[in-house]
Amino acid sequence: MMPDTILIALIPIIPFLCFLLLGLTGKKLGAFSGLLGTASMAVSAGFAALTAYQYFFHVGKIDGVFQKMVVFNYHWLQFTPEISINMGMLLDPISVMMLVVVTFVSLMVHIYSLGYMKGEERFSVFYSFLSLFTFSMLGLVLSANLFQTYIFWELVGVSSFLLIGFYYTKPSAVSASKKAFIVTRFADLGFLIGILILGFNAKTLDFGLLIERLIHVESPYLQTAIASSFMGVSALTWGLLLIFVGGAGKSAMFPLHVWLPDAMEGPTPVSALIHAATMVVAGVFLVARLFPIFILSCPVALDVVAYVGIFSSLFAAIIACTQTDIKRVLAYSTMSQIGYMMFALGVSGYEGEAGLGYMGSMFHLFTHAMFKALLFLGAGSVIHYIHSNEMKDMGGLRKAMPITHITFLIACLAIAGIPPFAGFFSKEEILAAAFHKNPVIFYVGLITAAMTAFYMFRLYFSIFWNKPTPSAGHDHHHHGEGPFTMMLPLFILALCSISVGFIPFGQFVTADGQFLANEFHPMFSIAPVSLALGGIFLAMLFYKNANELPAKLAVSMSVLYASAYRKFYIDEVYLFVTKRLIFNLLGRPAAWFDRTIVDGLMNLIGGLTSGFAEMIRGLQSGKVQSYAIWFFAGVLGFAVLFIYLW
Amino acid sequence: MHEIPINHILFLSTALFFIGVYGFLSRKNMITMLMAVELILNAVNINFVAFNKYLFPGKLDGLFFTIFIIAIAAAEAAVAIAIIINLYRSHKSIDVDEVNDMKY
Amino acid sequence: MNLTLLLLVPLSTALGIILLRDVKHIRLMAAIGSICQLGLAIKLLLAYQTARLLGDTSQMLFQFKYAWYPSLGIQWHFGVDGISIAMILLTAIVVVAGILFSWKMSFQGKEFFLLLVLLSMGAYGFFISLDLFSLFFFLELAVIPKYLLIAIWGSGKKEYSATKLALMLMGGSALVLVGFLGMYEYAGKTFDMLQLAQAHLPLEVQKLLFPFVFMGFGVFTAIFPFHTWAPDGHSSAPTAASMFLAGISMKLGGYGALRMAVYLMPEAAQYYSPLIIILASIAILYGAFATMMQKDLKYINAYSSVSHCGFVILGIGMLTRTSVTGAVLQMFSHGLMTALFFAAIGMLYERSHTRQIGELGGLMKTMPFISCVMFIAGLCSLGLPGFSGFVAEMTVFMGSWENADTFHRVATIIACASIVVTAVYILRALGASLLGPIKNEHFNHLADATWNEKIASALLIVSIMALGFAPFWLNNLITPDATLIIHALGK
Repeated sequence: MMPDTILIALIPIIPFLCFLLLGLTGKKLGAFSGLLGTASMAVSAGFAALTAYQYFFHVGKIDGVFQKMVVFNYHWLQFTPEISINMGMLLDPISVMMLVVVTFVSLMVHIYSLGYMKGEERFSVFYSFLSLFTFSMLGLVLSANLFQTYIFWELVGVSSFLLIGFYYTKPSAVSASKKAFIVTRFADLGFLIGILILGFNAKTLDFGLLIERLIHVESPYLQTAIASSFMGVSALTWGLLLIFVGGAGKSAMFPLHVWLPDAMEGPTPVSALIHAATMVVAGVFLVARLFPIFILSCPVALDVVAYVGIFSSLFAAIIACTQTDIKRVLAYSTMSQIGYMMFALGVSGYEGEAGLGYMGSMFHLFTHAMFKALLFLGAGSVIHYIHSNEMKDMGGLRKAMPITHITFLIACLAIAGIPPFAGFFSKEEILAAAFHKNPVIFYVGLITAAMTAFYMFRLYFSIFWNKPTPSAGHDHHHHGEGPFTMMLPLFILALCSISVGFIPFGQFVTADGQFLANEFHPMFSIAPVSLALGGIFLAMLFYKNANELPAKLAVSMSVLYASAYRKFYIDEVYLFVTKRLIFNLLGRPAAWFDRTIVDGLMNLIGGLTSGFAEMIRGLQSGKVQSYAIWFFAGVLGFAVLFIYLW
Repeated sequence: MHEIPINHILFLSTALFFIGVYGFLSRKNMITMLMAVELILNAVNINFVAFNKYLFPGKLDGLFFTIFIIAIAAAEAAVAIAIIINLYRSHKSIDVDEVNDMKY
Repeated sequence: MNLTLLLLVPLSTALGIILLRDVKHIRLMAAIGSICQLGLAIKLLLAYQTARLLGDTSQMLFQFKYAWYPSLGIQWHFGVDGISIAMILLTAIVVVAGILFSWKMSFQGKEFFLLLVLLSMGAYGFFISLDLFSLFFFLELAVIPKYLLIAIWGSGKKEYSATKLALMLMGGSALVLVGFLGMYEYAGKTFDMLQLAQAHLPLEVQKLLFPFVFMGFGVFTAIFPFHTWAPDGHSSAPTAASMFLAGISMKLGGYGALRMAVYLMPEAAQYYSPLIIILASIAILYGAFATMMQKDLKYINAYSSVSHCGFVILGIGMLTRTSVTGAVLQMFSHGLMTALFFAAIGMLYERSHTRQIGELGGLMKTMPFISCVMFIAGLCSLGLPGFSGFVAEMTVFMGSWENADTFHRVATIIACASIVVTAVYILRALGASLLGPIKNEHFNHLADATWNEKIASALLIVSIMALGFAPFWLNNLITPDATLIIHALGK
């Protein structure tokens, strides 16, 4: 029994049609376009939920194992007889889960934006871009073909670009959007080459076949992929690592993370949807998609994933402690949490109990989408109210916006990993997996968890406590909490942040598709939870009431604080490399070389020709008699030549 | 009857030819140059007649050619003089050195 | 289907233009003629596909032969295959768009439209000719009008640019002619392409003649280091001429290099392939880096054309079926998108009177339509999926990667790397000229696109997307003929 193809196809197609409609006729629709976008998104989300229900409870499981099902496959572009780009739809636990996450968060953001973006000049454009993004992201998660993933990968990149640069008259937004696009594009170069390597070694781009051919030791494809090497590293490792580079770019892993904080220039709902819940986890999704190859054929590459993940996680957490722009704090926390998902994959095994990390990673992806979207939307409400992103402009808002306050608190507790909120469960699985596999990663993960609690509550206290409540009659007050459309998503997401942790995730999403019990070891939980509580306590001490402590601490750790505040100067390094090195050492000389040498050579040829002409043109003097002399001399010369010399 | 040897005639035509060439190259007056051209043509005519008479006595080709040349020379003179008159109108001179507009 | 119609329509349009007096009638005539031609091209495509479906397997369809100069073996010999049909379709689309974009041309409008029509006729003749002599004839016909178009209706240092362009292209065609005459001699006095393909010239001869033909056509497609006519020529040319130049003329080169050089001299193509790949890789990356530093929008697009046409050369040089298909796709795609880009630049320039990205800024606000057009052209140029550029570039990459040795792999990676640099310069150009705050007060009063510009842009955009969304139809059209060319290599 197969799932309903048309139903599944409609999930991405509805947003796409909505994009076309709003993009072409948006201006005429005006405010109605928001409702249209939201309604179509709701339909799409409904279909996604239906698909998930069908898949998980009816058709997905055969003999106790969740199957990969290709429900649609079309030869879109044939390259060689074997290799082609197909447009297809692949259902498996992670793609179905992502369908639900993407449509659900997108729906929340659509609803939220009805209030948040109200009165914007380009309201309908905003909704059409949102639809475009949702379409691309859904296409990405449904991809049945590695190249199809790349296509949608690029499309999410460009919709992210368009949405970050939505306020295009702001130079900072324009440069942030360019930065996001170019940095991820650079990573995509790695992805593309990785696709070429893997695709040509496996002689297919189809996920099912690709994985099939690259995981069995006796497979000839795998053997050639391992045998052929470049710079001492096998082709398979190169391919996987390059694909991971692509994933790291989208998922803002160190050192390709620089675009993510700047991407916060976009409207806040966009940050919630793209730069927190969905697009940035595409890298995790990609690694998960190719996980069997990573774990079974190339554990080295998986180790790289783990170390990059844990490093990014810690690195981002440190920076997040010092930032003062609330959206940037959230951006770094996103990076840190994605690092969590990455290293969870890195420490995971494949079958049975060993696959705990994989399951934890996907679980965390799921819960993170909920509470991070909630955090961003809450931050959006605050920004909507205050008209500033800076912590120093905030404080004491708990009375002014009680609903935002409560929901934000729930989200903070969830991300900090306090039971029984959602983040606790998923983090628990990840830390357990790390504990079994790699103690170093485990301990760094613990520290990061404590820091997460600290900076999230630093954020929370700075926004909602710290200062006395702004007096009534303050000019902000006229729109209070914001309209109902902004409150509703906060409610729903808060509900999810509390409840989704109780989903027995191991029944649904595991590396090998088989059942995996979510086990709880209360003893194991003591360390992370107490560390998180410690972080919260510390944050309360520092930030609940305005005091001198944070400043003193900053002074006492001045070097560390300053460099973390400046984001460890990564941006400056990039700026140096691009502006100084690439522009000055490659671009400028290339342009100069072209104008002076290459073009100069052409002009020189022209010049020589006309110079020679200049030299001999005197012969044509216009004097008939001199022509006659030349004529006679010529005749004479030929006569001599032919008669005597020939 | 004692015939004139061909060498004599060729000497005459050669002399006439080079006198014509000399005249063409050295005179500045275009009418004089035209006359020099006529001398050259006549030198050729003499050659034609002479060779026809001495080498192919039975044929008339050389004579025909001579008559052609005479006719064409007449036409050519008419055209040339027309050009010269026009030049005189525009340049007020028939000095060949003054008429050098057709250059580079 | 009678291929001569493809020549008769432009010819009669040209005659009509000569007879008419009012510029309004003239442009109407030109537009009608070009639209008829587009219709013909589509009909040709359909007729061709029907014939193929019915099982016609001959290499060239709809052949037409007429001895023109029998004693020298010169004849009119027309015929088309998938590759030429793709090029004809491209030409027809670009011509319609170009004529619509020059709707407001009032200065010497008669001569302007006449030259445009003549140029298009040269291109059509070129793409259908199977006789090298008539092919050369049409090649020249497509070059000469460009000189006048730039020198008379151009801007900036137009005489210099026009002369440079005409001389370099003429130089290229001179090289081509030498090669053609050589083939003619060695293959037993025939200019017929099909016979030449069967003639199997000796390797030494091929080695001697290949560089002439390939580099000669290479000049047209702006191969490094003979690309410098492109930036100057494009920047001085009026909008329609730029579109024709980039959209059609550069394709003459790619088509010629593929058909006359690689197909007719396959062994030499293999021999010279590394050299071609090196030149192409240089052009791709170096063109991209040189673009980064340009400040004039037209220069940016012209240099990016050098980079993009490098993909055409690379695809041809890689000599695999996929890469050759990719090269043809890239020609098609590049023709459309550069035409669109130049059109957008032309529209901006007409209104703001500057093309310096430093002086522009914030135009999205006042001219949303034109800005969107330019954005689409830019995104297509940087290879975004959904537009034609992506399909073409990926096919080239895929085809290149089929060659498994390190040299070819490195060249492919270099080519792939250019997508990043392309993103940098395209976003830089678009960001600086369209986004941000409005730099100049008078930009606030500029009008958006007019109806003719909207139709023309829509035509080009729809064509680009048609390829971007559904590449398989063009791919299926081209692949059999690309296979044939590769088979000639003995692979």
